[in-house]
Amino acid sequence: MSDSQVQVIAQPAEAHVHEHPPYQRHHFETYAQQNDATNFAMWLFLLTEIMFFGGLFTAYLIYRNWFYAAFVAGSHQLSIPLGGVNTLLLIVSSFTMAMGVWCAEMRKKGALVLCLSLTLLLGLGFLGIKTIEYGEKIEKHHVPGFHYSLQSFLDPSSDEAAKAAGDKPLPLDMARHTEVYFSLYFAMTGMHALHMIIGVSILAFMIVRAQAGAYTTGHVTYVENFGLYWHFVDIVWIFLFPLLYLISRH
Amino acid sequence: MTEHIEKPIDHESPEVHEREHHIVSPKIYVMILLVLLVGTAITVWASYVDLGEWHVAPGLNVFWNPVVALAIACTKATFVVLFFMHVKYGTKLTKLTIGAGVFTFLILVGMTMADYFSRAWGRW
Repeated sequence: MSDSQVQVIAQPAEAHVHEHPPYQRHHFETYAQQNDATNFAMWLFLLTEIMFFGGLFTAYLIYRNWFYAAFVAGSHQLSIPLGGVNTLLLIVSSFTMAMGVWCAEMRKKGALVLCLSLTLLLGLGFLGIKTIEYGEKIEKHHVPGFHYSLQSFLDPSSDEAAKAAGDKPLPLDMARHTEVYFSLYFAMTGMHALHMIIGVSILAFMIVRAQAGAYTTGHVTYVENFGLYWHFVDIVWIFLFPLLYLISRH
Repeated sequence: MTEHIEKPIDHESPEVHEREHHIVSPKIYVMILLVLLVGTAITVWASYVDLGEWHVAPGLNVFWNPVVALAIACTKATFVVLFFMHVKYGTKLTKLTIGAGVFTFLILVGMTMADYFSRAWGRW
């Protein structure tokens, strides 16, 4: 948000007439130029984020290839219905966010607040379901660390999820590698959830600002760039869902 | 000096725009939403079907399930980037930057994978 104050002082005739909206910074010639520059910067940031998540994805793919049986058994512990519902929540929240950008562009204040609020609610819904999933992992001692339990993998008949997937008992050394699966599971979904928490916090801030009319003056950059961030987080989940939940099911 | 007529800057008017701010219509957003929902349904369904494997070389098999899942994910991500993130209507600079970034990303991942998967070649 640009808060540059513009003072129009009587100037010689040939001087540049200093007239532009208050949210346009002095050093930009037009608002469009400012918007493009900010947009470009946001994309550079998102590219660094792609590299960051890319490291985690690469680690996942390599370890999955090495400890294939452990990763299959590990992924059978995740719930596709819960993961699926979360995918739907995020996709719909991306849609409401995109509609929010449209509302800002069309200067519809009420609709913008509604769209941002819906996006916030869907984001919170996602985090709520993620909490349920994490809670189940804690209960079953599937969180890597001192209390990690191999029981579901050494004796699948004792575990509902493993039994439903038709898992066979893993040898001890392979069963221990399920801890690698869950380390990566928590690192990837945890990092994604952190991005969601940051996004939801910014959304709450934006709803207050939107109510004050800050984004319906023609200054859409902030909403637009937050939208880019939110969609990026959605894209990360679009890849996390099949990799963690789906590809070891058949 | 050329005569330069200063008009009050109205950023809605195309004269002072290098590029008109393109407003994507809700209709397109709804269509993309439907594409994403259908994509999600297909990827969940496909995960329960055994799509088999492809014997590339002795000892080297490619499972189709993860390939299909990732292909669907890439398609969904492309729709999000092009329409929700307005890249289709963006500047050439933005398009080039994203293209270069994704290309670099694929090189990094591709080279790392090629290294790890070929290190023990023939010894598995």
